[in-house]
Amino acid sequence: MAGERLETVLDRLQTTKSIEELRAWVHELRDALGVAHVFYHTANLKGEQVGIFTYDIAWIRRYVVNNYSQYDPVVLGAAQRFTPMDWKSLDWSTPQARRIMREARAAGVGNQGWSVPIWGPGGQLALFVVNDEADDDRWAAFTRARAKDLLVIGHLVHQHATRIVNQDTDVVAAELSPREKQALMQLSQGQARAEVAATLQISENTLRAYIDSARHKLGAMNVTHAVAIALARGIIVPHGELPKY
Amino acid sequence: MIRFVYADELERFPLLADTMFRDRAVQFRTRLGWGVTVDGKGRERDQYDVLNPLYVIWEQADGTHGGSLRLMPTTGRTMAGEHFLHLTHGVRICSPLVWECTRFCLSPGASSRIAAALLAAGIELGLRFGLEQAIGVIYTRTLGIYRRIGHAPDVIGTDGGGRDSISICVWNLSEEARDRICARSGLSSASIERWFDDSFRGPGRGSGNVAGSLVIAA
Repeated sequence: MAGERLETVLDRLQTTKSIEELRAWVHELRDALGVAHVFYHTANLKGEQVGIFTYDIAWIRRYVVNNYSQYDPVVLGAAQRFTPMDWKSLDWSTPQARRIMREARAAGVGNQGWSVPIWGPGGQLALFVVNDEADDDRWAAFTRARAKDLLVIGHLVHQHATRIVNQDTDVVAAELSPREKQALMQLSQGQARAEVAATLQISENTLRAYIDSARHKLGAMNVTHAVAIALARGIIVPHGELPKY
Repeated sequence: MIRFVYADELERFPLLADTMFRDRAVQFRTRLGWGVTVDGKGRERDQYDVLNPLYVIWEQADGTHGGSLRLMPTTGRTMAGEHFLHLTHGVRICSPLVWECTRFCLSPGASSRIAAALLAAGIELGLRFGLEQAIGVIYTRTLGIYRRIGHAPDVIGTDGGGRDSISICVWNLSEEARDRICARSGLSSASIERWFDDSFRGPGRGSGNVAGSLVIAA
């Protein structure tokens, strides 16, 4: 059930048109994931901060006023890192870090966290975090089972938030190579992956890498969604017609 | 043992790092004749080493390098995207679920078990972080090694012929693959998991602060 709901919630991500709507949406994501909190933050190229989260706003204000990002192991730990991080792997030993954790817990933040760093082309860092109250075993099981979803969701949220902040209502077609377009087109015609791979003379695993790349470039949550986006934007056209441009 | 070390953490393991870069010079310049850059101290480093990649390193009992590989996310700069698009049908492989593996290196005289351990460790990393695949360029003639280790990749594209033929490949990351590799080489999956935990869950990992104990306030 939770899995079904997650896909439905992710589907709705595309319909959010403002940061406010994203903030409401992220509460649905939290519920679908079954965690205590979801948190996303980035600073865009203009230095504007964007925070989308379920944390208590009073805690966020306190955090900002006290400049906790300077000492927060979650922030420091993401610097120069591209691997997701379990909060237990971070250094919480400094007095400032302990204080942040104490105050966070008092504000309803859970004891476990998993951070996904997301790097933009200009070197900007976005952070997507899930947080929960759980023992180590349950958290290990959750993160192990959800690791892939969290990578994908984190990147999707970042892509979508970036589009909203940059007001990319008229989305520029992602640069897909002819081969990626071909793969999506054949999938849109209902061909099975094995058939598509055979036609393109690549292995199914290679096809997987190609279509997942296309999915990521289009900001889609799965391949079906990627096909829908590609069709909607005219990146591919139905029935094997050649695009007009 | 296996260590997972970011480039900016290598200074914590000076002997391991030094011998790794020296062994890379021996393998890539001396043995394979690549036009790589080797510094005055015999260490090979390239433009990707400064992007803070993650190294998976086999550390010998005496603390020296036995073998290693280098990992980068394909959502950033990659060798494949910058130099091998002609082998991937023009597709820039770019996904948070796919990482690129480069500079797979073995110390002279290293046992094949080390190669297997590195591959298994790379897969373990993928499993923990939710990755699905890894890509990398290899000499086509080494495909047999991966088969023997127990996890042959799919070849995406091949360039050239004969001994110098190279292929860009994709490996699926799965528990079955990791366990198969371990079984064939007499490694224990439990050891691989423990080494991962030691590298990623120990205290003091992160900002470079020397570890105190981890405290999560109750």
